[in-house]
Amino acid sequence: MVTRAIPSREELLAILDEVKDPEVPAVSVVELGIVRDVSASEAGVEVTITPTYSGCPAMREIESDIREALSAHALGPVEIRVVYSPAWTTDWIGPVAKKKLEEYGIAPPGAVERDELVSLARRVQRVRCPFCKSADTERKSEFGSTACKSIWFCRSCRQPFEEFKAI
Amino acid sequence: MSSRAFFEYLLRLGDDRLVLGHRLSEWCGHGPILEEDIALANISLDLIGEASLLLKLAASVEDEGRNEDTLAYFRDAIEFRNALMLELPKGDFGFTIMRQFLFSVFSALQMDALQKSRNAGLGGIAAKALKETRYHVRHSAQWVVTLGVGTEESHTRAQRALDELWRYTGELFAANDVDREVAASGDGVDPSTLEPAWREQVMPVLDRAGLQVADAGYMQRGGREGRHTEHLGHMLSEMQILARSHPGASW
Repeated sequence: MVTRAIPSREELLAILDEVKDPEVPAVSVVELGIVRDVSASEAGVEVTITPTYSGCPAMREIESDIREALSAHALGPVEIRVVYSPAWTTDWIGPVAKKKLEEYGIAPPGAVERDELVSLARRVQRVRCPFCKSADTERKSEFGSTACKSIWFCRSCRQPFEEFKAI
Repeated sequence: MSSRAFFEYLLRLGDDRLVLGHRLSEWCGHGPILEEDIALANISLDLIGEASLLLKLAASVEDEGRNEDTLAYFRDAIEFRNALMLELPKGDFGFTIMRQFLFSVFSALQMDALQKSRNAGLGGIAAKALKETRYHVRHSAQWVVTLGVGTEESHTRAQRALDELWRYTGELFAANDVDREVAASGDGVDPSTLEPAWREQVMPVLDRAGLQVADAGYMQRGGREGRHTEHLGHMLSEMQILARSHPGASW
């Protein structure tokens, strides 16, 4: 019988940190807060993940990428558990990942706003252009190429750009 | 609480979002401007995602070997439990926006209350859906005002949409034994309790848009019992044809 060395949580997270978000490949699924927990035992590896948006089409791909990354290390069967509570928030994205997003050309999310239900004007936070760093920007649409992004325009360098919206 | 009542309740929650999500998806490639095309497709995706989670939970409560896909694609119109308002054809942009607004405010209040469901699975889905529904409300409320105070044409269309849709709003709050049973056990929420808050949120926006509510009169209902308009069958024939032509196919 072959006994495997059981990796620590840190080692497992390092493996999962190689799994990038398919729609935002600048950051990993760990950095985005999609991976909530991971543990290994003789029986295999259990990963707990949470979806960013209910209908995020990347979730299945993320699951299969996680499976693939862990399988490469022959740690036994991989079980992926999906949890919905607590609900994912961009507040879980740390400063390092936010910097990576900006370098990639996506304005990172600001703090999550708590406004009333029907607010006709969203208190729009200032968003800095990821290219020229100007604050002279305007939001064109709250909806962008993926569920997690909105569309902005920089009046200074005249470039459209995307923002990872705070949720 | 019987699991039958909870299953029925989850079907209502899931079907509302599945049917509306499909109706919204019909705008994909037809939006009045590119940003709106993208916005409606995004909202549609959220709704279908929420429906998928809710129907998956429904299938597990039912425990008869069905899943979210069989519930979505292999039930006929009479087995759907969505509110009638949501199956009506997408109409013009004014109609679509007005429906989004009336339903999204209801949905936000419903999901807010369901976060505290005794069923942790439903509570988690609701907490997630609430975040999404908040920006659905924001998007549609802003458009209702824009259309209402816009041109004569946009105002006329928004008012017409409100006139057509109002008689379907009563069904959102109509409670029957299923609602009362799941509310009593703490798993669900009696929708009739949400109506005062809904009015409190909806009316100021309609006022600001300069739109009038024809408040008295008959309220149309039947969807919760499977009595639908003719439109649902037509919609399902399109939504379900691929899955029914190629059962079990995956890609």
